[in-house]
Amino acid sequence: MKAVCWHGANDVRVETVPDPKIINPRDAIVKITSTAICGSDLHIYGGYIPTVQSGDIIGHEFMGEVVDVGNAVSNLKIGDRVVVPSMIGCGNCHYCQRDMWSLCDNSNQNGWMEEKLFGSITSAIYGYSHTFGGYAGGQAEYVRVPFADVGVVKVPKDIPDEKLLFISDAIPTGYMGAELCDIKPGDTVAVWGCGAVGQFAMISAYMMGAEKVIGIDRFPERLEMAKNFAKAEIINYEEVDAGEALKEMTGGRGPDACIDAVGLEAHGVGFEDFYDQTKQKLRLETDRPHVLRQMMLACRKGGTLSIMGVYGGFVDKIPFGAAFNKGLTFRMGQMHGQKYMHKLLELVLDGKLDPSVVVSHQLPLEQAPHGYHIFQQKEDNCIKVVLKP
Amino acid sequence: MASSSGNELSKGQGAEAGETERWASLVGGGAMVLMGLSQRSLRGVLMALAGGGLVYQGVTKQSTIQQAQEAIGINKSIKVEKTVTINKPADELYRFWHDFENLPRFMKHLKSVTVQNDKRSHWIANAPLDSSVEWDADILEDRENEFISWASVEGADVENSGFIRFKKAPGDRGTEVKVVLEYSPPGGALAAAFAKLFGEEPEQQIGDDLRRFKMLMEAGEIATTEGQPKGG
Repeated sequence: MKAVCWHGANDVRVETVPDPKIINPRDAIVKITSTAICGSDLHIYGGYIPTVQSGDIIGHEFMGEVVDVGNAVSNLKIGDRVVVPSMIGCGNCHYCQRDMWSLCDNSNQNGWMEEKLFGSITSAIYGYSHTFGGYAGGQAEYVRVPFADVGVVKVPKDIPDEKLLFISDAIPTGYMGAELCDIKPGDTVAVWGCGAVGQFAMISAYMMGAEKVIGIDRFPERLEMAKNFAKAEIINYEEVDAGEALKEMTGGRGPDACIDAVGLEAHGVGFEDFYDQTKQKLRLETDRPHVLRQMMLACRKGGTLSIMGVYGGFVDKIPFGAAFNKGLTFRMGQMHGQKYMHKLLELVLDGKLDPSVVVSHQLPLEQAPHGYHIFQQKEDNCIKVVLKP
Repeated sequence: MASSSGNELSKGQGAEAGETERWASLVGGGAMVLMGLSQRSLRGVLMALAGGGLVYQGVTKQSTIQQAQEAIGINKSIKVEKTVTINKPADELYRFWHDFENLPRFMKHLKSVTVQNDKRSHWIANAPLDSSVEWDADILEDRENEFISWASVEGADVENSGFIRFKKAPGDRGTEVKVVLEYSPPGGALAAAFAKLFGEEPEQQIGDDLRRFKMLMEAGEIATTEGQPKGG
C-alpha cells in the first residue's frame, strides 16, 4: 500500500510499504477514505517530537471502511464505515472506564519511555512517535486499529467524509477545550489559534453558553473564518497587543476562560519570540510557550486556562507568580476522543455542525509532501488539508 | 549450598513456633520480606519464612541469612521490585499467576514453565546465542489471593527467588500487585550471559513484564506493534 512516511525534519515521502495485518484479537483493519493533516502533525513534520524514526507512517486523523476484524471484535463487520479517534484506548483500564481515554494504561507498549519523561504512562496515539506507542499512522491506504471494538464510531454511508472526518480529532479537541472551561452563561472565552481546533473550540464555547468568544491569530484567512464560521470577535496579534486588546474587549477584566489551540510551536512577537526560537534551536527548551504566557497574564482573576495545544517537554520563563496570585485554574490534556465522538456525530447528523467548512485543500495521498509544506508555511490560504488515498 | 541452609532453617520451626505466629501476623502482605530485602537476600528471607521460626533470628542476628548469602554469592545478584495496580479483583490475578505456566505469556525472558506438582515447577529462560538456562523451583509460601513466594532448588543454573503480593487497592481501583525478584548468577561465562539476559536495566524489564501482565488481565491482549508496516 501507499503510506506517508517520515524521514526527518521537513521530509515526508509517500512510499510503498506492506499492508497492515490483524496482529491482536481486538484489531481491525480499516481502508482509509479520508485522512487529515493535523496541526500537531506539524510538530512531527518540523522534527520537534522526539522518538519518531525514519520510515514511520504518520497521521492520526482518519476514517474509512472496515475490511478485516480480529476474532475478539464482535460489534464490527466488514463494510462498516467508521471514524477512528486519534487516541488509542483499551476500554478496560481504570482511566478508560472513567472516560479518560487519552490516559489509557494499556495501549502504549513503550510506556517505560513516558514513565521516565512524564512519571506515568499515557495512551498511545497513531503515528505520533515511539514514546506514544509507535503505532503506524493513518496517512496511508490502510491502517491497523487496535482495540477496534471500543475504538471507533460507526457512521452512516450517505454523508460525505468531510462532514465526519474531524470527529476523529479536531472537533473533540476543540469541544473538550471548551468543556474544560466550565463555561457559565455570560462568560467571555478567548481562543488562541484559529485553525480547525480553534474554530471548533469557539463554536463549542457558544454551544455551552458563552456570551462572547474572541479568536486570536495572525493569518487573515483564519481570522476571517473565525468571524464568519465561528461568529467570534477577532484579534490579529501581529497588528495589536493581544493582552491590551483583550482587556479592552472585556471591560478591563480579562476573559473568564482562555483556550490554547496552538501548542508548542507558538509564535510570539519581538524579543520574546527571538528568545524562545533561539532556546528551542539550541535544545535548551523543547516547547515555545508564548500562548501559555499570554493566557496567564490575560486571563481574569480566578479564571480558567484550558490547554489543548500539544506540549511535549519543558518550557521556560513561565510567569507562575501571575498564575498563582490570580488564582487561575489550569485544565489540560490530550482529548478523550471516545468520550465525545458519539455525541459529536449526532450534532453533525442533526445539521447543528458542518465541519467541512474548515477544509481548504483536498489532495491525493501522493501529494502529502506538498500538503505538509503549504500547511506549515500557511501558503495558498491553507487552513486544513484532507488527503485522499 | 543454599538449599541446605534452607533445611537448617526448617529445623528451627518447632522451637520458635510462637515467634513464627507473631511474625506471620506482622508479615501481612509480605512487609517483612521487604524489610529483609533492604539489606539481605530475598531468597534467604523467603527460605526463612517458609522454614518458620528462624525468621526472627534471621532479621535480628543476620547469622542464617549471612550463611545463605555466602552460599549463593549474593553480591552478584540482581534484585528488583516493582508494583502495578491492575483493575481486576485479587482472586482472578492470583489464580492466573499461580499457574506458573502462564508466566511466559508476558515475561519475555522466559521460554517455558512446566508445573510438576503442587510445589515444584521447571523453568527455562532464554539466554543469548540461542542458549537457555534451566532450573527447578519450589513454592515456599502460598496464601490464597494474597501471596506466593518461590525459590529455585539446588542445582539451578541460576539461583533465583521471588514473591508476588496481591493487595486490594483503595477506591475501587482493583488490586495492587507487587513483585520482587532476585537472581544470583554463578560466576564465569554464564554470569556474563545472564547479565545480557536482563540488559542494563533489569528494573525496566520487570516493569515491562508487569505492564504486559496488566494488559493481558485488563484488556485481554498485549499491546504490540511487531509486524506492522513501515517505510524504508
